[in-house]
Amino acid sequence: MSELTFTLLRLGYLALLWIFVLIAVGVLRRDVSTRARLAGGGVRRNRNATVKPAKDTPPAPPKPTKLTVLSGSLVGTQVPLTASSILIGRAPGCTLVIDDDYASSRHARIFPQGDQWFLEDLNSTNGTFLGDQQIHGVVPLGIGTAVRIGRSVLELQG
Amino acid sequence: MTVTSPGFTSPGTLSPSTSSPGTSPGTLSPDLSPPMVSDTSSPSQATPEDLTDIFGAEPTFKKPWRIAEIFLLLLALGIGIGGFAMVGYVMNGELPDTFWLESASMVGIALFMHLVIRFVAPWADQIILPAVVLVNALGIVMILRLDLAPAGAAGANAIRQTQWAAVSVVVAAAVLIILREHRTLRRFTYTSGIVGLILLLSPMIPGLGMEINGARIWIQIAGMSIQPGEFAKIFLAIFFAGYFFNNRDNLTLAGPKLGPIQFPRFRDLGPILIVWVAAIAVLVMQSDMGMSLMLFGLFVAMLYLATQRFSWVLIGFCLVGAGGYFAVQAFPHVSQRFDGWLHAMDPAVIDRAGGSFQLVSGLFGLANGGLLGTGLGHGHPYLVPLSFSDFIYSSLGEELGLTGLLAVLVVFFLIVERGLRTAIDVRDGFGKVLAGGLAFLIAWQLFIIVGGVTRLLPLTGLTVPFMAQGGTSLLSNWIVIAILIRISNEARRPSIDPGLGEVAPVNGDESQGYVVVGQSDTPAIVSGSPSNDATEMMDALPRELPPDEDATEMIAPVSGGTQ
Repeated sequence: MSELTFTLLRLGYLALLWIFVLIAVGVLRRDVSTRARLAGGGVRRNRNATVKPAKDTPPAPPKPTKLTVLSGSLVGTQVPLTASSILIGRAPGCTLVIDDDYASSRHARIFPQGDQWFLEDLNSTNGTFLGDQQIHGVVPLGIGTAVRIGRSVLELQG
Repeated sequence: MTVTSPGFTSPGTLSPSTSSPGTSPGTLSPDLSPPMVSDTSSPSQATPEDLTDIFGAEPTFKKPWRIAEIFLLLLALGIGIGGFAMVGYVMNGELPDTFWLESASMVGIALFMHLVIRFVAPWADQIILPAVVLVNALGIVMILRLDLAPAGAAGANAIRQTQWAAVSVVVAAAVLIILREHRTLRRFTYTSGIVGLILLLSPMIPGLGMEINGARIWIQIAGMSIQPGEFAKIFLAIFFAGYFFNNRDNLTLAGPKLGPIQFPRFRDLGPILIVWVAAIAVLVMQSDMGMSLMLFGLFVAMLYLATQRFSWVLIGFCLVGAGGYFAVQAFPHVSQRFDGWLHAMDPAVIDRAGGSFQLVSGLFGLANGGLLGTGLGHGHPYLVPLSFSDFIYSSLGEELGLTGLLAVLVVFFLIVERGLRTAIDVRDGFGKVLAGGLAFLIAWQLFIIVGGVTRLLPLTGLTVPFMAQGGTSLLSNWIVIAILIRISNEARRPSIDPGLGEVAPVNGDESQGYVVVGQSDTPAIVSGSPSNDATEMMDALPRELPPDEDATEMIAPVSGGTQ
């Protein structure tokens, strides 16, 4: 085998190794971009969906339309408010399942009556707080009042 | 109906309209008892018809063709077989005697494993297998080259390594076929722990264990010497995943806070101390620094994965530092290793028995290779003791150069990245910790041995996964890959459960409302319920469910730990 052939083979072999690497990285990139596209599609769909409940309710300014998690593991989560109550807790059956070790399995409930929304503590172990005040039983809940459950803080937003 | 799983409820859990069955909207009064009875009762009315209803969309997901895997496998085989041929022509001017046998074996291995994955894990990642086949083949190329060297690297045996590769793939395929569900492993948490410890300590049993090259890490069974520690690492990874996942709340939340770092309670330190003692015992009694480092690293990494508490890593580092310092002071064979590392170039240290001759000649080999390498067959890698096993990295470095070494390292990086990606994607917490731990295991093992050969760390007796000659190591790493592929299949299988940051439509009725998750870049977990009882329920699921439906019932995303 001549020196030239050998050198070509030697470099060709290294090139082949890197071609494998580059193609594998290409496959990875395609994988990532497909997923990003899928995820992006999902979010877009959801934005439309949040608009819908807002459309249903006429623009009476003080009316809350969503429940937003301000802090805790679910920060950013929003639950659109409809005519039914929202159960909050760790149990998988809750409307808002919060991943919080200081929350009870069925911790609290937020429900509408008339034009007003109410917050009810369901005998939770660590209590439900409205601002700094621990609540007992049912209290009215207005827009922008912070509700603390375990380490999560929620509020109604317009 | 016993099928009660949070998975069913999760699409509905976030919907205000379905959350309170039996209560008509608008009629709630404050004195009503909570309308929700319990999550477990509402889905219990689900009948098999409901199941097909809910999961009706599933068969329309197309299984991947796995074209990428086929193509990459062909490329990997080309590199491997081309390597066999090149080694033969360069060294003897003809194809090596064993060329056809080895090439056919590699093709068989790739084809067999590809078909097995296609049938039993069709959604699995497509890069892991070709990458592993590539490094395995490259290892055999290097061993064949050393086997053919006229000066001879006594002990290099390419045919034997090929046979081991074939055996490993058959075993890996068996694992993949038998283990239809990685969550099954969770039931064997403590069994695995005990088996792992027994395997780890078995070389110390007189009569069974034997000492090779100063390390007592082998046992002899039926004329074959095997390294039980290689299998122990898999069992211990399963044990750690199960144990940490079950106890992560205690490990994460309890304990005093000191500055920004939350320290665990003293009694939660128990298991970490036991493993630390085991690692030190391995180090002292078997004089196997690599295994003890690997074991402890795996332990701390998986603890961190499960709890996300940096204090564990800190404690781990301190314990390793203390143990290492103590070992260096107290045990001559350890201090000799450190001496050979710190003063490698000292002529006295090089010439000493058990000195740094091997390390230094490996470094000379790497230097001789330079950027592009001498080319296969043109270097002198056989001058390094154990050039075909512990020092295969420096042999490759000499003949393929830094360019080739980096390619190999990137291929390993891809394997590890796919493993970690699997850990992120998979929807159950046990799977997350296990996949993350196994991926870390490969990376950590590679880091320790490459660090040892390049003199970043003290040299240890670990082997480059899939490349170094040695049946036990090859077999155990293929099993690790089989488990990773299984979890990856689970992670990438389409599911109607919402993934992280995704939102599930409410039982297909898109007008009913959603929860928007994560407007920030860090999407939240919508309906994950990491509570233990929920996962327990999952484990109690009837097994007669077809796997397709079974898997979709898993709890929706659980983060590796609670925050």
